[in-house]
Amino acid sequence: MTDLADLYQQVILDHNRNPRNFGPLAGATCQAQGHNPLCGDRVTVFARVSGPTIEEVAFQGSGCAISKAAASMMTTLVKGRSVAEVEALATRFHSMVTSDPNVPVEAADLGKLAAFAGVRAFPTRVKCATLPWHALRAVIRGAGEPVSTE
Amino acid sequence: MKRSPAVAERPATRSGFDVEAVRRDFPILQTNVRGKPLVYLDSGATSQKPQAVIDTISRFYEAENANIHRGVYYLSERATLAHEAARVRIQRALNARDPGEIIFVRGTTEAINLVAYSFVRPALRPGDEILVSAMEHHSNIVPWQLVAGEQGARIRVIPMNDRGELLMDELPALIGPKTSMVAVTHVSNALGTVNPIEEIVAMAHARGVPVLVDGAQAVPHGPVDVQRLGCDFYAFSGHKAFGPTGIGVLYGRAERLAGMQPFQGGGDMIRSVTFEHTEYADPPARFEAGTPDISGAIGLAAAFDYVESIGWDVLKPHEADLMQYATGVLEAIPGVRLIGTAGHKAAVVSFVLDGVHPHDLGTILDQEGVAIRAGHHCAQPVMDRFGIPATARASLAFYNNRQDVDALAAAVTRARKVFAG
Repeated sequence: MTDLADLYQQVILDHNRNPRNFGPLAGATCQAQGHNPLCGDRVTVFARVSGPTIEEVAFQGSGCAISKAAASMMTTLVKGRSVAEVEALATRFHSMVTSDPNVPVEAADLGKLAAFAGVRAFPTRVKCATLPWHALRAVIRGAGEPVSTE
Repeated sequence: MKRSPAVAERPATRSGFDVEAVRRDFPILQTNVRGKPLVYLDSGATSQKPQAVIDTISRFYEAENANIHRGVYYLSERATLAHEAARVRIQRALNARDPGEIIFVRGTTEAINLVAYSFVRPALRPGDEILVSAMEHHSNIVPWQLVAGEQGARIRVIPMNDRGELLMDELPALIGPKTSMVAVTHVSNALGTVNPIEEIVAMAHARGVPVLVDGAQAVPHGPVDVQRLGCDFYAFSGHKAFGPTGIGVLYGRAERLAGMQPFQGGGDMIRSVTFEHTEYADPPARFEAGTPDISGAIGLAAAFDYVESIGWDVLKPHEADLMQYATGVLEAIPGVRLIGTAGHKAAVVSFVLDGVHPHDLGTILDQEGVAIRAGHHCAQPVMDRFGIPATARASLAFYNNRQDVDALAAAVTRARKVFAG
């Protein structure tokens, strides 16, 4: 059962139960939807971007514990950071959750996001973790169109 | 297929049905997943296959394989006979009047598309209506939308109540002079509701409207008599009914099929071809272009043989007993809410667990070797109707036993604990 305990770490369960920055964002300058058509998970990410900086970010939607916790933790980590930093973090997160589950994760640059390393053992759940990050990327790139995991 | 005598390992049900003997006929049910015995509760997605079906397909490829309807040699004649015998076998199972009313297709989806394109589309006019129910699988919505969209026709919907039962009182007002087709599921894949098909057919026919029935979830759970139902078309998939994937059946009443255009063009569906003109073959060949899934048809016939060797008279009470047991066991778990509580249900227990998303539930259950489906079940309008994004669905077959249900309940309880924090 270690795989399951790795997947549903306390920090993930906590973000699922008490999502941070949950709800629409007043004064948002941009927003984007993420949708996983296979399982029906939906997330909307709102951001207030000023120049190169993401000043505020929030999310709303329905989904499993993994997607909700990923969205919640994401919002706590990107607030106040530059768009370029967030792009890099999104790339780093994506490569981590799609990496070989038998290779230990280099956690230094991931910080709290290392909690999601457990999804590597559950290939069907990787998209749950990446969905909010796809949506955030769409927000900061100004696409504004719904993004899909497909 | 010879049945082994009922061994008194466990008490048999009242009818004398020995589920353990049946389970031994399904090799996959003897396997382990993640170190635990497989508890397969996703038969609504696809059923497992008895040894008799697996052997029939192997034997065909080992000793009988040839293309059909063309060779003059021994093997081809044998294969053609076996393929056509499968058609007759299925005609008999559905109580169709004639083997020519049985068209082999890839599955329910292709069957519905065939009717949409070859029967409904040529006659569809702007403003026409196609009536479906609120509990349809996407495969009984999207084909109709495609042909309706081309012609400026529209889809109308028979609503349902909070239990997941169709509002039959509203049906007469929904079928009118503009209705070109009624397409309704026999058993709902997401809710388990068994719909009153005979009543729907009677109402539609009284107004001169043909009816297609999606039988994908009905054929695996009981005998179907198309003459008694009275429907014009009946569609089902082999793989959900203990047969192989890639084969399905469209039953069509001969008088309907006679006037229909081909669905696809190619070999085997023609009488004569010149570069200027083609004369089409009679049904069913007209709708079976190209080399068919020969082994699939024969395998599906073997599946019907297998089920008949046990008999619905004992299988149905076992399934009903199991449904009742599963419903009671799940309802007793705090936080569980059943979705779909129709008075007449079959084989499907859909539910949500307070505070645990169905996908998380599915993952935790999988760790216990319990296979269920989590999601919208290709029935998003049903999820919207109940205001939920997804459900967990345990779908039963006659090879399931009470231990399967107990394993499900134990895993659901475990999921509650994981998420109770």
